[in-house]
Amino acid sequence: MPVSENSTGLKVWQIRDRNQTLKRWFGYLLAVAAFMWCWKQISDVTTWYFVWDAPRIAADIGSRAMPPRWDYMGELWVPIWDTLNIATLGTLLALIMAVPVAFLAASNTTPSKTFVRPVALFIIVSTRSINSLIWALLLVSIIGPGVAAGLVAIAIRSIGFCAKLLYEAIEEIDVKQVEAITATGASRWQVMVYGIIPQILPSFAGITVFRWDINIRESTVLGLVGAGGIGLQLSSSLNVLAWPQVTLILLVILVAVVLGEWVSAKVRGAII
Amino acid sequence: MLQIEKLTKKYPTGDLALTAVDLEIPEGQVLALIGPSGAGKSTLIRCINRLVEPTSGTVTLKGENITTLGSGGLRAARRKMGMIFQEYALVERLTVMENVLSGRLGYVGFWRSFLRKYPQSDIDEAFRLLDRVGLLHMADKRADELSGGQRQRVGIARALIQDPDLLLVDEPTASLDPKTSRQIMRLICELCKERGLAAIINIHDVALAQMFVQRVVGLKLGKLQFDGSPDQLTPDVLTSIYGEEDWEATIEKVDEEDA
Amino acid sequence: MSTAVLTDVTLDQRLGTAWKKPNFIKNPILRWALFIGAIVYLILAFNSIDVNWSRVSEGLIRGWNFVVAFANPDFFSRGTDIREGLIESVIMTVTSTVVGIAISIPIGLGAARNIAPLPVYIVCRGIVALSRALNEIIVAILMVAIFGFGPLAGFITLSFATIGFLAKLLAEEIEDMNKVQAEAVKATGSSWMQWINYGVQPQVMPRLVGLSIYRLDINFRESAVLGLVGAGGIGATLNTAFDRYEFDTAAAILLMIIGTVMVLEYLSGVIRKKVQ
Repeated sequence: MPVSENSTGLKVWQIRDRNQTLKRWFGYLLAVAAFMWCWKQISDVTTWYFVWDAPRIAADIGSRAMPPRWDYMGELWVPIWDTLNIATLGTLLALIMAVPVAFLAASNTTPSKTFVRPVALFIIVSTRSINSLIWALLLVSIIGPGVAAGLVAIAIRSIGFCAKLLYEAIEEIDVKQVEAITATGASRWQVMVYGIIPQILPSFAGITVFRWDINIRESTVLGLVGAGGIGLQLSSSLNVLAWPQVTLILLVILVAVVLGEWVSAKVRGAII
Repeated sequence: MLQIEKLTKKYPTGDLALTAVDLEIPEGQVLALIGPSGAGKSTLIRCINRLVEPTSGTVTLKGENITTLGSGGLRAARRKMGMIFQEYALVERLTVMENVLSGRLGYVGFWRSFLRKYPQSDIDEAFRLLDRVGLLHMADKRADELSGGQRQRVGIARALIQDPDLLLVDEPTASLDPKTSRQIMRLICELCKERGLAAIINIHDVALAQMFVQRVVGLKLGKLQFDGSPDQLTPDVLTSIYGEEDWEATIEKVDEEDA
Repeated sequence: MSTAVLTDVTLDQRLGTAWKKPNFIKNPILRWALFIGAIVYLILAFNSIDVNWSRVSEGLIRGWNFVVAFANPDFFSRGTDIREGLIESVIMTVTSTVVGIAISIPIGLGAARNIAPLPVYIVCRGIVALSRALNEIIVAILMVAIFGFGPLAGFITLSFATIGFLAKLLAEEIEDMNKVQAEAVKATGSSWMQWINYGVQPQVMPRLVGLSIYRLDINFRESAVLGLVGAGGIGATLNTAFDRYEFDTAAAILLMIIGTVMVLEYLSGVIRKKVQ
């Protein structure tokens, strides 16, 4: 809190001295300049004529999209079922792989901090950083289009997410409870089952439902790259510019997402 | 029955928690370990069942040297040493019954314990112990629904179902109110007498220790400072363990209560 | 009621009886219904996945090629495309995060029930709910349809998604804040803006910074896929690489995405530590 004197000899209090203030303004200036430069890059490749025309186009699409083509619903039941399966089975598959990874990554349960833990952490980071659509793209080109590709894509993407939250939960357990079980003469696996697992079970259940909810959202668009689910219908409707069908599909997705969120909130409430 | 010889523990940080501690405990003796915080009380009892690995020295229980045991032998030795913890250390999300039965983990195989299929004799013993500590009706409650005193009773039952020769008790009353503290101390000492168990009770409440035990050992900075009967605890002795303070009040209170 | 029964049980009655862990779901009908329902669902679901095994075995070779490509990524044969795509992704990330935060703050304030009047609260919560319900890719498709191909559509998409994420969490943080501190500032006779500045802002700032960096990280990952639907960024290059089975280029792009995310995560860790 520098206090300086002004020309009339009065003491003036400022929260920062002049150097700090200058540095701060320079920082702001740099940030603004960087932002403006970024904006210019976007602006340069944008056809502004289209943008000014956007309200008219939006209104045009809107008028063509309404009303939704309700009778198209009959063709959507199977894709909805597929979407649900992709999300649910994908989450299950992910958990089967995420649990061991989490135990290997948690610093208090890993067998080796120098060798095993970095590998587990790398699995977590790499599966987490890549979006499920990219995984789907990759899997479609490997095992062909269809539900299976979407399912595996969701599973792989979820490993890192679940394993990360789970290993953080493992690292936060109460060590005294584990110590107490160890002191009874229990073996390593018994300590796991009695001392560690009961402590992480609530977070495990929470993570599962949380990820399932996210996976419902993500599996609705996997079809765009050919990996099954309702996204396939969305993509083909978009290709032929069948806007009333698009509206109906978007409505269905919206309902699915809201239902998913509702279910996961209910289940989480019941567990915790 | 338990011999501790030249037990030394040096932590990786370089702190010397215990320096050449010698202690011998005969069958059935209840011993209170007193001393200021950081004197190494917790480390000492954890070195006995090797929850903390001692740096050097030996611990011998019934003629068996515990410090050199491999992991299987250590587990078998741990079964014979029941441990009761500060703040209970129950597995909070398991039921009371599961917590008590977890004391048998050293005796049953993995799958039996995983499926909760304990032998009927263990289950009967668990019910008997729960009845003895007055918690039979709580058997199917989850441990985190219990009060502090009740949790410590479950902790005691868990230690006793191991059928131990020795109890290691780490600050059993540290987070309990004065009345419950006495009840718990009385329960532990009564049970030791009933079963002829030896016990090392690590406690910072000197008055409480004097009330219940036959022998008091004072630890200061990892070294043995005092070893004698409770009535030998004079203000001078307490000063030598804890440092200068007016001790008359502490001791007088005990005398009144004993009378 | 079961506890009342239990209290009456004496030790003698208990001895010799078997003990079973109480079931998590007490009602046996509900328990079995859930169990059987889950099994039936799993069987139906598995049967509805048709896998073309000959296609898979053919694909496994390609999968192996991809793994090999990962060990031997090709950064150069499409170097210009990769570089331009990546820069575009970064630009979209930065601009959309900045704009998204700038818009989220007022909306977050409005969506906190303890400081906003009811009508404002409802409107702001509505915006948040809408933004969270719509998947980024779907928004991107609509934006491309309206604004044309290019990073502008991606920028708008990501800004919109940022609002839903940040405003919601900011509002929750404000609702959880320490009331006493805020009241103390109000008691000095401050205006609403002063109150927010002195009573609320210091309490939520560390979390806001942390969340913003986290969102920057998410936006970067999302910007990598928006290209699939024509909304700019590295996704378009990646899509082309997969379509042509150029796995070595695809591997190079993926490695760069992973690398950038790791750097961002590390930075966010450092900055979060500094702020708290």
